Amino acid sequence: MYATWTLFLKEIRRFWKVGVQTVAAPVMTAFLYLLIFGHALSGRAPSLGGVEYTAFLVPGLIMMSVLQNAFANASSSLIQSKVMGNMVFLLLTPLRPIQIFIAYVGAAIVRGVVVGLGVLLCTVWFVDMNGISHVVWMLVFLLLGSALLGVMGLLAGIWAEKFDQLATFQNFIIMPATFLSGVFYSIHSLPNFWQKATHLNPFFYMIDGFRYGFFGVSDVNPWLSLGMVGVALVLVSALTLVLLARGYKMRY
Amino acid sequence: MTPAIQVNQLVKQYSELTALNQVSFEVKQGEFFGLLGPNGAGKTTLISILAGLARATSGTARVMGFDVQKDYPQARRALGVVPQELSFDPFFTVHETLKWQSGYFGIKNNQAWIDELLEHLGLTDKADVNMRALSGGMKRRVLVAQALVHRPKVIILDEPTAGVDVELRQSLWAFISRLHREGHTIILTTHYLEEAEQLCERIAILKKGEVVALDRTSTLLQQLAGVRLVVKTHNELNLDALPAEIQAMNTQNANKRHNFTLNNASQVEQVLASVRMAGGELEDVLVSQADLEDVFVKLVSPTSLVGGK
Repeated sequence: MYATWTLFLKEIRRFWKVGVQTVAAPVMTAFLYLLIFGHALSGRAPSLGGVEYTAFLVPGLIMMSVLQNAFANASSSLIQSKVMGNMVFLLLTPLRPIQIFIAYVGAAIVRGVVVGLGVLLCTVWFVDMNGISHVVWMLVFLLLGSALLGVMGLLAGIWAEKFDQLATFQNFIIMPATFLSGVFYSIHSLPNFWQKATHLNPFFYMIDGFRYGFFGVSDVNPWLSLGMVGVALVLVSALTLVLLARGYKMRY
Repeated sequence: MTPAIQVNQLVKQYSELTALNQVSFEVKQGEFFGLLGPNGAGKTTLISILAGLARATSGTARVMGFDVQKDYPQARRALGVVPQELSFDPFFTVHETLKWQSGYFGIKNNQAWIDELLEHLGLTDKADVNMRALSGGMKRRVLVAQALVHRPKVIILDEPTAGVDVELRQSLWAFISRLHREGHTIILTTHYLEEAEQLCERIAILKKGEVVALDRTSTLLQQLAGVRLVVKTHNELNLDALPAEIQAMNTQNANKRHNFTLNNASQVEQVLASVRMAGGELEDVLVSQADLEDVFVKLVSPTSLVGGK
């Protein structure tokens, strides 16, 4: 238990030591999105259930930042350890695959939540949020979403052997899936085909469920979102644990 | 008593390459054991299997009786490895690095031992320095401290003195010798054969993934080293004119200096007579006891018939 706690703390210290890059920068990016999109599209974009567009953007931007940073934390830590060669110090220890999994995913959740809180604190002053409708739903999707992306980051870090392989994963899977998940729009504003296509994107359910926590309105039933995110988390976690146990691309 | 290391018919196959081929040996608890061999002989592969960094294709490996695959938590707790590569985590200081490593082994409140390690390895004044800011020699010292932070019973040092200065080498060996006296088992791989000759009680020599020699250092020297004869001639010596059995004893030639490794001193006169017969005009002759380097050259040279089939 103490070994898992140590690795978890180390992973938190790692991102906190470069907090400007890992926390302040994504908060700033989200804030700029709010300013630019809020200004450019306010009054033009269709709103969701009467929610004002700028307010609609806030939970989407929070969740986007949470997801991207949870992914980045686990994946960048692992690939850096591999490339620098210091992964060996972890592999020489008696840490079990489940302990490594819990520590990396736990730290990814912490970074995701810290960045999410930062975005909330920076954006909430500029929009009329009218309070949070369902705090529990909001927290559930915040934790499950950051956990899922933390696991995906771990998976990508295990698979990648070079920084450009990780960048491919990030730029061609994570980034499009996040941007096309309804962060900036309600999927009801999309043509029928793209509405159906969006339902295949697990990121959509995380953001829609999180938004339900804020406003009490969503594109789909939050229980459906919870089920989709839960199933995705179980499947990706199972795959990652199998690879960790086999030492895939780590123990030869 | 349970052997510190027990390797039984270990095979490691990397697609076409056989890195280890039916390697078997034991290291007793408290031994100072040398693992020697040329580059690519399989030393690091063997260490990687013992440390759990690589998986054997077949065969078994145990550390203090624990199977490195089935009982890996116990096996890894018993083992400390100083890796060959100088790697480090650039985010942390020396002290943080040791604190994390200690924690990975589930050890709380290890400060007293960490302080002792820092002191013995000359790192006390570098404790709060970031790993990036250390010289290569200092980074090597941290690697040693990391391997020892959980007080392992068996310590593997994979070329620990490669590229380090004389002062560190001496302080490192003094510290390792102390650990050995305290009952730790030490396994050393090194290219500095004089280190192995001085420190190791027993030596295994690997060649192309096979053990070609395994014995007490003194026995290896007695049985395989023999006598070294250096003959300097005034003129160029036609080596082809030497009898085949004398040519086989010839190990090195440069600047009219010809080295021969003999089985015993009684062969000296035979070699000198052959040199004279081949037209060599003797200028100087030096006879000395051969050392581990001669044993090594004899066993791992491409012309050696021992092992590496």
